[in-house]
Amino acid sequence: MCALASGAALGVGEFPAPLAAQPLLGGAQKQDDAQFTVEAKFYQKLDNKKIKCKLCPRECTVGDRERGYCGVRENRGGTYYSLVHSRVCAAHVDPIEKKPLFHYLPGTVAFSLATAGCNVNCKFCQNWDISQSRPEQVPAEFTPPKRVAELAKQYGCPTIAYTYSEPVVFSEFLMDAADAGHNAGIRSIVVSNGYMQQESLKAAYGKMDAVKIDLKSFSESYYRDVVTGQLKPVLDSLVTLRKMDKWTEIVYLVVPTLNDDDAGFIGLARWIKTNLGLDVPLHFTQFHPEYLLKNLPITPVPTLERAKAIADAEGLHYVYIGNVPGHPAQNTYCPKCRKMLVERIGFTASQNLIRKDSCPFCQHPIPGVWHT
Amino acid sequence: MSAKRNASRRDFLKQCFTGAAVLRASGSMGLLASAQQAASAKSRVVIARDDLLRGTGSTVDSRRMLGLLDRAMQTLCDRDHAVEAWSKLVRPGETVGLKVNALGGRGLSSNLQLIEAICERLQEAGIKAGDIVVWDRETDEMERAGFRIAMGGNGVQCFGTDRLDYEQELVTHGSVGSRLSRILTQRCNVLINLPVLKDHDGAGATIALKNMYGVIHNPNKYHPNGCDPYIADLNMLPEIRTRMRLTICDATTAQYEGGPAYKPEYSWRHNALIVSQDPVALDYTGWQIIERKRAEKGLKTLEAEGRAPHYIATAADAGHQLGTNDPGRITVAEV
Repeated sequence: MCALASGAALGVGEFPAPLAAQPLLGGAQKQDDAQFTVEAKFYQKLDNKKIKCKLCPRECTVGDRERGYCGVRENRGGTYYSLVHSRVCAAHVDPIEKKPLFHYLPGTVAFSLATAGCNVNCKFCQNWDISQSRPEQVPAEFTPPKRVAELAKQYGCPTIAYTYSEPVVFSEFLMDAADAGHNAGIRSIVVSNGYMQQESLKAAYGKMDAVKIDLKSFSESYYRDVVTGQLKPVLDSLVTLRKMDKWTEIVYLVVPTLNDDDAGFIGLARWIKTNLGLDVPLHFTQFHPEYLLKNLPITPVPTLERAKAIADAEGLHYVYIGNVPGHPAQNTYCPKCRKMLVERIGFTASQNLIRKDSCPFCQHPIPGVWHT
Repeated sequence: MSAKRNASRRDFLKQCFTGAAVLRASGSMGLLASAQQAASAKSRVVIARDDLLRGTGSTVDSRRMLGLLDRAMQTLCDRDHAVEAWSKLVRPGETVGLKVNALGGRGLSSNLQLIEAICERLQEAGIKAGDIVVWDRETDEMERAGFRIAMGGNGVQCFGTDRLDYEQELVTHGSVGSRLSRILTQRCNVLINLPVLKDHDGAGATIALKNMYGVIHNPNKYHPNGCDPYIADLNMLPEIRTRMRLTICDATTAQYEGGPAYKPEYSWRHNALIVSQDPVALDYTGWQIIERKRAEKGLKTLEAEGRAPHYIATAADAGHQLGTNDPGRITVAEV
């Protein structure tokens, strides 16, 4: 699950004005669309002023004056445009653990931003008020890439995080902001559903330094019915990211009755072991009733512990439990000597004992990027 | 379309006697029968045409438009005078939303002369000018289509949802979960739907039912699978169903291919209004008109192109009952 767009709601750092845009508080504001509009990448022109979007596997065929499923890309006279370049509707300074990335610069903060829009429609979305809205329906600030990098630096963030909604749909902005960040010595991380075409994945996430993928289930039917997407392209993305040598962590939101069966957990763990290896961090996170799934309860902690036990038994080295403050499975343990190496309280890494990318007790290498 | 036939207004009324009696018995305002109740009788669709609607020019003549609207409404409501017809549909004190379609710019949006004519008759039926709001999604889009924006004061109101925003709370039915325009929920208790008759690249045709996509904040989520069952589910929302009184489809200029954006090369001057209280019957009838035009132009049917508007049948099915798509239960009067 994407982290909540409201830092204040979780008692973590909230970005100061004017970028502390609180989505949908008050009416939508009049915005100058032109400053946010750039020709989209990843599309193909068709006859009759239609286009076919090649950004995600949905491949929307979009007629003139219409938008794709994401709601943020529009066909104008046969040319496809992104309407959300530099159109930042949420910005906060978040602990990187909130993404969550546990093996990437623990204890640091990320300058976290989003635009409106998403290429799926998860029934449990926490941030549906921005992800399922059109850009003109959400107050936003014009924040061009260089300004993003400046702000990250100003607020002591070693990373820019593209998060909250779905960064796939603002790929053009993400790519430009990542370039601006790198020029200023700021790294980029992305929190994404991974529902992309291979070409756009390689081009856009090739500029990322770390990636967190929400693998929402290990079932095509769940992807179809709950996510409005497909599983296979997400698995393909994970394999490609592995080949690209991008630091990747996986989150699996456990939704009671919908994706909490043992068979699913076993299938997931075995697929990761076979295709990505044992060292990929896997986070089983707790569901909270939101959006179109308010009828289901919060995930019981024993369910999360069962999922972790299954993945542990399959041999995965770094299996975490998320959204349960104080749970010991939020900490990082050495897979060899079992000593605790990183202690986390809430979204804070309170202690990091890892030295030279290894366990200080048994010298076992611990994969990740541990220090700036 | 087997149900289509030429008929005078009196002939039509005679043919519709049974259905009209059922409708009258259904409520204190006669024609204010719910779509479900109407589904048990024949549904009326009136097609009013005037080949001289534009005289010798290209602009619709306001007086002829008023006459065309009157003919359509008098036939639909079985009244000899236009104001009497409108008085069967609206009551003084009600607030009336005219949901237009401005996507097609000046070439293919709800006709301005038609809207003026409707506003005139509504006021004569006792609706205050300030209680009429002409609206669509975006104010800018409406301006591009030629609407004069008016917000505040005692005159007819005209603006887009962007000026009032959408409700914060989601409403859901079946496959649809959306936030509704506050113009719908807060500014009108009667909805008159004013779509345009046109082709749609995904849904096949966009007429009455699909025009409700302009009421929600996330229409882009409901275009897969030819908009089916999303269009039907959306029209089931109580906030829409309980307000919907009438559809007046603008077919003065219609489009048989390349929609929903305006493509002059695929549009034609049909010089007609299509009026009904059954949006499903109206959509079915409009679809047939588009198919006839496509055949005339040598184009494949929408079914052959893989984009027949199946949502119309869904809207008529047992789970929705928004009206009828059975030509045997639709009586079409051409006047």
